[in-house]
Amino acid sequence: MRSNRHRLILAIWLATLLACALLIARTKFVSDLSAFMPKAPSERQQLLVDQFRDGIIARLIMIGIEGGDAAGRARLSHELANKLRKTGLFVGVQNGDPATEQRDRAFFFDNRYLLSPDVAPGRFTPQGLHAAISDSIDALSGDAGLILKKLFPRDPTGETLQLLAQFSGDSQPKSMHGAWASRDGKRAVLLAYTRAAGTDTEAQSHAINTIRQIFGSMPDRQAGTRIVMSGTSVFSVQSRDTIEGEVTRLAAASLLLVVCLLLLVYRSATLLVLGLLPVLSGALVGITAVSLTYGQVHGLTLGFGTTLIGEAVDYSIYFYLQRAGQVNPGNFWRTIWLGVLTSISGFAALLFSGFPGLNQLGVYSISGLITAAIVTRHVLPALMPRQLNLRDLSRPGLVLDGILNRATRMRWLPALLALAAGGIILAHADNIWNRNLSTLSPIPKADQELDLQLRGDLGAPDLRFMVAFTAPDEEKALQGAEQAATVLRGLVQDQAIAGFNSPAFVLPSLALQRARQAELPDAGQARQRLRQALVGIPVRMKHLQGFLSDLQAARARKPLLRADLDGTSAALLVDSLLIKRDKDYLVLMPLRAMDSRAGSPIDLDRVQAALQSTRLPHIVVIDLLEESTRLFENYRNEVLLLSELGCLVIFVLLLAALKSLSRTLRVIAPLICAVACVAAVVLLSGTHLTILHLVGLLLVVAIGSNYALFFEVSGQAGTQPERRQMQISLVVANLTTVGSFGILGLSKIPVLSAIGTTVSLGTLFALVFSAILSRGRSGLQSA
Amino acid sequence: MKILEKTRFSAIAWLVLVLAAPVARADDWQPSQLMHILSQNKTGRATFVEKKYIGIIEHPIVSTGDLSFISPDKLEKRTLTPRPESLILNGGILTIDQPGKRRMTVSLEEHPEVSAFIESIRGTLAGDLSALEKFYALKLTGSVEKWQLVLIPRQERMRSIFSRIRIGGSHADVKTIDLDQSDGDHSEMVITKVISQ
Repeated sequence: MRSNRHRLILAIWLATLLACALLIARTKFVSDLSAFMPKAPSERQQLLVDQFRDGIIARLIMIGIEGGDAAGRARLSHELANKLRKTGLFVGVQNGDPATEQRDRAFFFDNRYLLSPDVAPGRFTPQGLHAAISDSIDALSGDAGLILKKLFPRDPTGETLQLLAQFSGDSQPKSMHGAWASRDGKRAVLLAYTRAAGTDTEAQSHAINTIRQIFGSMPDRQAGTRIVMSGTSVFSVQSRDTIEGEVTRLAAASLLLVVCLLLLVYRSATLLVLGLLPVLSGALVGITAVSLTYGQVHGLTLGFGTTLIGEAVDYSIYFYLQRAGQVNPGNFWRTIWLGVLTSISGFAALLFSGFPGLNQLGVYSISGLITAAIVTRHVLPALMPRQLNLRDLSRPGLVLDGILNRATRMRWLPALLALAAGGIILAHADNIWNRNLSTLSPIPKADQELDLQLRGDLGAPDLRFMVAFTAPDEEKALQGAEQAATVLRGLVQDQAIAGFNSPAFVLPSLALQRARQAELPDAGQARQRLRQALVGIPVRMKHLQGFLSDLQAARARKPLLRADLDGTSAALLVDSLLIKRDKDYLVLMPLRAMDSRAGSPIDLDRVQAALQSTRLPHIVVIDLLEESTRLFENYRNEVLLLSELGCLVIFVLLLAALKSLSRTLRVIAPLICAVACVAAVVLLSGTHLTILHLVGLLLVVAIGSNYALFFEVSGQAGTQPERRQMQISLVVANLTTVGSFGILGLSKIPVLSAIGTTVSLGTLFALVFSAILSRGRSGLQSA
Repeated sequence: MKILEKTRFSAIAWLVLVLAAPVARADDWQPSQLMHILSQNKTGRATFVEKKYIGIIEHPIVSTGDLSFISPDKLEKRTLTPRPESLILNGGILTIDQPGKRRMTVSLEEHPEVSAFIESIRGTLAGDLSALEKFYALKLTGSVEKWQLVLIPRQERMRSIFSRIRIGGSHADVKTIDLDQSDGDHSEMVITKVISQ
């Protein structure tokens, strides 16, 4: 009978694993970072996320060429830019080459009557012309006069200068040998905008590798020349690669450690392999569950999730070590299940978080843990050899018992430590949490510095303040930008902002282009009005024939479309500020602050209030820096709240299971002390807590609750040898946890080291404190 | 003390001049000698009147303002009429500021044409012969009392913009700067030294 039941269980188990394997084989694994972008609750935050996903920031790759001499670098810059343009991977590559600058100049000059903000009613009346031409002549008196005079015969009203004035304040990189160069002149610099979205890490990785390959394969490159790159997408590719690399390396190291430790205890390869079955089954079911729920599995879920269910290794340790000679297995399993339930309550906090990535982690860890527990309960007994040939641990068990008996007398210690820890936490109350997102970034300091340098070299705009809105089509989007521009010009005049940028500067809406064309007089009118306008101006009509014919050409031409901008920098400006999406267009208008060094140099409320008059639906002005900080803060507070709820659920659960308030408190007290102490240690080490420390603390509660429960329950029932065996199993389990997470803690990547140190330290505290606080009176009496 | 020192300084300068004069006859004195005299200019302030003769504009365009120079590389040209504008050279950086309109910063290193033009004035005021010779062929005529230095751009690229610069002066004072553009337009600047109180 028994063996039949075993066979059935094994069959179900194997069938489940097979089904999971089949599903996993068809699962899409993704590594783009958007899963770790929160589902944004507010409109502003949605825009922020959109900006990260679709915006120019995410698609910009800054390239530097170093080494060799300036002329050689400029030549490489041109070659690289040309080859990159041909790959089709980039919307645009800019390096300040004379050809593009030539095209830009031609574009602005040729289209000046469609683009100039001064082409408005009154401009081409005799009075308007007179004023504009007089103004231009005054301008000729200045130091640039001898250059401006070339424009004068065809553009006597100065439209080219008027339209270029809109961009004043945008700094241009320095130029050497006809290519952009850094401020110190030691590197040539280029800007490449990828066609693929910034969050498509795979495509970004391809683009970055292409740049490297093309550079590497360029003939007659001077020795010592090298390429450096930076930008959001470079960072995300790099961090993905480092995280993946580091996770694999560290996971392998910790697996090795756990295997060695378990071999030492079990002295049996069979037992070792069997002991890993619950974790492996848990991982398979976990991945399947995530795949079924979300349609895809994120690479990071896989990495972190498996550490989260590492707790499942403990189950088989408990099972092997405690089952040996167990009289009352019911007690054991009840404790295990209670442990599983408390862990699930903790991980459930992840399930309700606003980050899809963390939701996946929640589903993965919960389904994985349940599976691991079921496999330990039902499959392991079926597979286990009849004769367990474990190392005799009764001697170390006795020694340990002695130590623990002495430890139990130190009840004051956890209380004292917790008190001190509480004090430390209170002292740090103002800055417990890390507000600086960059500390979470796995990017080394040197690379962050390179990024700053390249940004400075390229005069890359500080895209911190942004007006943003959406529109159903391109024309409406551009009209909206023009409406907003009217308001923003007023704010520039009032010195509320220093300036702004708009896609409509280089591509006005069709309506505005037609309105401007309508202002241009016909040939007869133009001639007559110009004659009247020139009265009192020392310029003869005959010199201005070019002007008259240009006016007529502008009047008759077809309005500019986006395609007419191809090959100019104007195209990049439009593509980065006017973003086509599935259902609508997103318009971004960066604002320039009067003084960018001030804390919040723009009064956003004032700008927002002024913009309301445009009646554009959902127009917002955002401070990306503040908003992203706030976003992550909201999200952290949310996880914090959910964790607190999780703790409450754990408390109620324990109360219901143990049916005694004092017993429940005995289980919970060491966990609270452990959490407080870890938090204090982390704060003392000068680190501020991040969301990952919070996840780590959840794990401490999940794993630590098992320790406390075993100590507590064995204090109530069970024989002396059983208890010694249980204690040994807890120490072995703890060693594996501390060891494997300790290795993770050594990682250079902040994300991994945060979880690693928190969990290894926390579980150690939890074990020691549980031994002291939860072990119960019977332990004392037997001393 | 200061006055004494200044007097002694001028005295030495004069001595050099007096000694140099008999050697170099009026018609073939060397740019290096002029440069030596000019290099005694440590600071200077002056007013200017500039006339630009531009082909398509019937009358010359007149602008006025003041100039100041601190040796070796700080030069300010403040135009007051008809439209305020300032051009400030500080080291290698040239800033053109039109109040309320635009402010432009140009690094001389990046713009050799601008650099060549600015160097003609700065180099002359500072008596920096090597800077001038880098960009121009120099021809000096006249006497110490009334000299004229003609600068012809060496590079084809610059010659296509302006054909020559004529700088006239007396002793250490620069009095006129005339610029001939390649297209026939030209400008004349008359400089009047402000005697500091």
